[in-house]
Amino acid sequence: MGAGMNRTWLLWLPLAVVAFIGGLAIYGLVVPKDDMVHSAMVGRKLPEFALPPATVGVAGLSNRDLADGKPRLLNIFASWCIPCKAEAPYLEALKKSGAEIDAIAIRDKPEDVAAFLAEFGNPFRRIGSDNEMAVQLKLGSSGVPETYVIGGDGTILYQHIGDIRAEHVPMLLEKLREAQ
Amino acid sequence: MMWRLLLLASVLLLAAVPQESMAQGSGPTPELANRQLTNPAQEKAATQVMHALRCIQCQGQSIADSDAPMAATMRAEVRQQIADGKKPDAIRQWMIERYGEWVSFEPDMKGSGLLLWAAPLLLLLLGLFMARGLFRRKS
Repeated sequence: MGAGMNRTWLLWLPLAVVAFIGGLAIYGLVVPKDDMVHSAMVGRKLPEFALPPATVGVAGLSNRDLADGKPRLLNIFASWCIPCKAEAPYLEALKKSGAEIDAIAIRDKPEDVAAFLAEFGNPFRRIGSDNEMAVQLKLGSSGVPETYVIGGDGTILYQHIGDIRAEHVPMLLEKLREAQ
Repeated sequence: MMWRLLLLASVLLLAAVPQESMAQGSGPTPELANRQLTNPAQEKAATQVMHALRCIQCQGQSIADSDAPMAATMRAEVRQQIADGKKPDAIRQWMIERYGEWVSFEPDMKGSGLLLWAAPLLLLLLGLFMARGLFRRKS
């Protein structure tokens, strides 16, 4: 009995373990799950790439075009991607506020890109075509749409995952200003 | 008869649901995505790397098991780098440099990964500690 007295705290151990597991469960319920795969390339130079034009009438895109001294946005989109249609007005708003935007179209056909631009407008200076998603992989990009802030020296400064909404426009403009 | 109708109804319902593949666009699949390397030793090494990399699009699957276009691109990249003579661990690091630790099914033994590796041992020790009284000879 005398030896047992010292071990009474052990009785609480199973309860503590169960409470810990329960706490984890509640944490999982309360804290929203972040399923996004963030690029680990933020803070690093753009990978080397040279993409052909995604449709007639626009220029293709290489990493050198993105390192011309001026900070800019790089939008990853596709004509078949529904959130890309939703963000089109906000890309237009960003352009109106002075942002320069280049784009990469993922797994797209020239005629589909042309139809997309005709319907939703074209805020892009250049659009490269990444048919095999090879550049997307090099960028650590996980889907469409995504928007990167690129510094004047071609450094990836910020990655926005998902469609740009009204509340993201000032934030992206601020990031561009910071990059000056 | 009833269950046949139900079955038919569910098949029709499934057919009416837009397929995921429609929302992935169309483009060529990189050649090495589904074509094995001619050197069997290289192909074996590439396959091992592919089974240890997580698909970015369908997050629970390895790129070897996934049909997603991004998985195809990643498989082609792995095969190409193996064919170029890169070591499997260097390829794994290449992917981690782009997508973070998340992309690997084999977490490194550091940070929270260390806890993961050490947990079985720690739990075993804890169990032994808790049960130590049982091993004592009754006096």
